[in-house]
Amino acid sequence: MLKELFTNQLTLGCAQAAVATLLALAVMLLARQRAVHLEHETIVALVRGIVQITAVGSILVLLLKGPAWTSIFLLAAMIVVAAKMSAGRSKGLPNSFQISLYAIGAGAGSVIALMTWAGVIDKMITSLVPIGSMLIANAMNTNSLVMNRFRSEVESHAGLIETGLALGADSKQTVVPYVQVSVQASLIPAIDSLRSLGIVWIPGLMAGMLLSGARPVYAAVYQFVTISMIFSSSGLTALICSLLIRGSAFSPAEQLTLRPRAERAPAVRRSAQA
Amino acid sequence: MRIVDDLTVEVRAGEILVVVGPSGAGKSSLLRLLNRLDEPTSGTVRLEGTDYRQIPPRDLRRRVGMVTQTAYLFPGTIAGNLRFGPEQHGIELPEPTIDSLLIQVGLAGRAGEDVAHLSGGEAQRVSVARALATSPAVLLLDEPTSALDAEAKDGVEKLILTVQKHNGLTCVMVSHDLTQAARIADRIMLMKNGRLDKIGPASEVIHAGGDAC
Repeated sequence: MLKELFTNQLTLGCAQAAVATLLALAVMLLARQRAVHLEHETIVALVRGIVQITAVGSILVLLLKGPAWTSIFLLAAMIVVAAKMSAGRSKGLPNSFQISLYAIGAGAGSVIALMTWAGVIDKMITSLVPIGSMLIANAMNTNSLVMNRFRSEVESHAGLIETGLALGADSKQTVVPYVQVSVQASLIPAIDSLRSLGIVWIPGLMAGMLLSGARPVYAAVYQFVTISMIFSSSGLTALICSLLIRGSAFSPAEQLTLRPRAERAPAVRRSAQA
Repeated sequence: MRIVDDLTVEVRAGEILVVVGPSGAGKSSLLRLLNRLDEPTSGTVRLEGTDYRQIPPRDLRRRVGMVTQTAYLFPGTIAGNLRFGPEQHGIELPEPTIDSLLIQVGLAGRAGEDVAHLSGGEAQRVSVARALATSPAVLLLDEPTSALDAEAKDGVEKLILTVQKHNGLTCVMVSHDLTQAARIADRIMLMKNGRLDKIGPASEVIHAGGDAC
């Protein structure tokens, strides 16, 4: 219908964006009716999303014409922004930015570097940046899921964890079961993507390759390669995050600092003697 | 706001000191400071004369056992729970010691039972036995009977007195029940608004105005 109304590609794009935004707002209102308040977050995300993708898209057009080495800076900047966004999802977790930066940087960064070196990802900026950004974005989501789940698991098992501490257990050992649960839960989307590839969804990269004239079988295989790389970078990110996050729940004196809000804030003056 | 403030107290070796006070008086917070589950913003705790910041936290907690209001048991068997503490220090708890601990807490012969099937009183008994398994010198008890029915409460009270005598323990127990404190304590300490209000022999403190809680 829109295509009949708008012949110019730019105005058609604006109209399509408006319809998609209206649908997102309708879902937000539906959620509100069910007492799920997503208004502020949804509106901010929608505005940010359209502004960011338009701005970055315009810049990318210029950058993609530049030398290949500029892709390293682009990807590094993406990792820093991804770490900042992931850390913002984990308020209350100490050192969340550093943990996110190391986990996403090492997880997605190492996969991008290894796969580029092996020739799986083309060194050309037009290939490296879009595929690299996919890996970084998925690593960011996984990292956020690990940190969020870890925080809620620790908060809801604070009694059991402190019992372990009170019996002289090593603080990092007391949270091992919750770290494992968090990593497993965070990888569900990546595993499901791999399992349902081609059956439930045919991702954009494959469609793009087909449209640009690639052979269908190669496009399909490369899509599998991409999803496998997403799984690898997400998995590595989750594992690195899980190693770093253990210590973040405790003080140097092996006290659980990540407790439900109502339980925090003890203090004493003077001294006690036993 | 300070939850525990301006408080100096000496707990004598081998005594049972019961800390009593209304809700929010800082009783449980004080107990958490004693085995360094929380860090004092100022001041310190001395264990047998040594500033406890000089003692590695894990060693400190082996010497200062704790029983909480809710008996948080690790999934598995009763024996598994008893072994947990010593295992953290590289010690394998021998079977006879497990049996002896279970006899002490009235659960003889039940080492292999799954903790999921225990009643509240039984779980608290396992919790006491588990705290004793690391052979602590001091035992902290945070309202260990408040979640129990009258019969189980009576049983755990008697158990605390028995294990304290049997093991020569120094006990600091938190309670909101002054009559319970009178039954158990060598000395009672009253807390109000995070501060020490009164301390002394049970009869003296109750006579001097134990109506505070």
